[in-house]
Amino acid sequence: MIHTENITKKFGEVLAVEGLSLDVSEGEVFGFLGPNGAGKTTTVRMLTSLIGLTSGTAQVAGFVVGRQDTDIRRTVGVLTETPGMYDNLSAQYNLQIFAELYEVKDIEGQVEKYLRMLGLWDRRADAAGTFSKGMKQKLAIARALLHEPRILFLDEPTAGLDPEASHLVREFIAELKKEGRTIFLCTHNLDEADRLCDRVGVFKTRLLVLDTPSSLRTSVFGRKIVFHLRTADPHWVDVVEKLPFVREVKLVETKLVVAMDEPEVRNPDIIRALVDAGADIQFVGELRHSLEEVYLQLVRGA
Amino acid sequence: MNKVKTIIRKEWAEVFRNRLVIFTVAFLPLLMMAIPLGILYSTRGVSSLNGITPGTELPTQVTQSLCTAGTGSPACLQVFLVSEFMMLFMIIPVTIPVTIAAYSIVGEKTTRSLEPLLATPITTIELLAGKALAAVLPAILATYGAFGLFVAGSWIISGSGLLLSALLDPRWLIAIFIVGPLLAIMAVTFALMVSSRVNEPRVAEQISMVIILPVLVGLFGQVFGFFILNKQIILVVAVIMLVLDALLGYLAVGLFQREQILTRWK
Repeated sequence: MIHTENITKKFGEVLAVEGLSLDVSEGEVFGFLGPNGAGKTTTVRMLTSLIGLTSGTAQVAGFVVGRQDTDIRRTVGVLTETPGMYDNLSAQYNLQIFAELYEVKDIEGQVEKYLRMLGLWDRRADAAGTFSKGMKQKLAIARALLHEPRILFLDEPTAGLDPEASHLVREFIAELKKEGRTIFLCTHNLDEADRLCDRVGVFKTRLLVLDTPSSLRTSVFGRKIVFHLRTADPHWVDVVEKLPFVREVKLVETKLVVAMDEPEVRNPDIIRALVDAGADIQFVGELRHSLEEVYLQLVRGA
Repeated sequence: MNKVKTIIRKEWAEVFRNRLVIFTVAFLPLLMMAIPLGILYSTRGVSSLNGITPGTELPTQVTQSLCTAGTGSPACLQVFLVSEFMMLFMIIPVTIPVTIAAYSIVGEKTTRSLEPLLATPITTIELLAGKALAAVLPAILATYGAFGLFVAGSWIISGSGLLLSALLDPRWLIAIFIVGPLLAIMAVTFALMVSSRVNEPRVAEQISMVIILPVLVGLFGQVFGFFILNKQIILVVAVIMLVLDALLGYLAVGLFQREQILTRWK
């Protein structure tokens, strides 16, 4: 649904996006992670035909960016970084305007559907300016969906929202995912990306890495198994270190953290070695790095 | 065309909530109508032109071209005085739309509503046409309304057939019904161009108001006797305006760079 080949964007001498190549499949939720100023919004603007490419090629829903811009804008839905509602106009009229511009056939029906779906129907006659930030964001999401786009670009959908509003928005995105829509989600909320995205790309002017969240953890930190012991003894570090498949061993209080590949195959050997050396193993588990740790590791290294 | 209508309705829904805009749209035409009517009212008692020498106090051109039906009559003086203020009715179609259009693009930049709007499949021509018409139409209606009231008021005050026929002659009709709208289009196109290039609504309004200067030159040029606006001059002005409007429209579309508007705005 989204295909880019080596796209680059320069503003004068400033390089905002460098050689971005990626493919996003139909029905996929793709997380585009990166710090502020990384070029995420610029990328969304390029892919929604709001700004041009400096070089490279891109296709969205089969339409070529730069040549079929109106078709792209007709096909995709965009949640911009800020809701940008017409504050003096009612919520309902705000949506009606955009439904007309998107050439929606059943304008009244679609407006009602999304106002109800996002819990704003009772406030439909109120001016958008009287809405809280969370409500405005929900209204902006409704606006992006009025024409039932198969591809959605969501730029920081939960930025600045309180936990309850963030939760509601996230639930709604999960619903959209179930409907099979392709979602390009720009965020620096890594918990959000972890929960919602099939794949994530970490981006800082250029794409640093692209994978599923779980593969990303493995590729950055490797797999680590934690052996919880009754008592700590530095001798057991030596015992485990001698095993040929072990890459690294650390003793943290009474926990022995072992880095290795294929723990499903190797764990019995370690357990056997430890028990033979006199260790009492209480339980064994895998150390799971948060996506945040992965992200920080990548971004700081970039 | 439907998208143009949508933009017009949206603009009106927003703009006419602003009391300053309503005041400008309503007050200015009333003022421009009241000034010449007040002058007519104050001169209604003049019974002769004693002491006024054609060619000195009254330009010969006036007595020859404006007062052909009754040279030397008091009505001729009234025709002359009222003609002096024809340009007032040209100020209405310039000032009103500038107030609306100058805010149009830059206002959407400040409220951050421009990006979602540009993300829709609307074309630049549709967007600018919608915004321009939303500003031009109220100005034209206000001009026509003010002129209608002025004609009625003039007839009531003077009771002069000469004055009435002078106000409904081709010179006035071309000025009000052709040059007025062309001036409004010019003012709006210029204001939209300014509005899309600046980042501050007040700056947009102040720069856009420059467009009123040629009209003021016309007004004062006539008042100080440098020229008399006759049918030929007005027709020439109409043709120039038509060309200028087409040129400005072309420039406005060309200068409306979505990328620059979005990325240079912070």
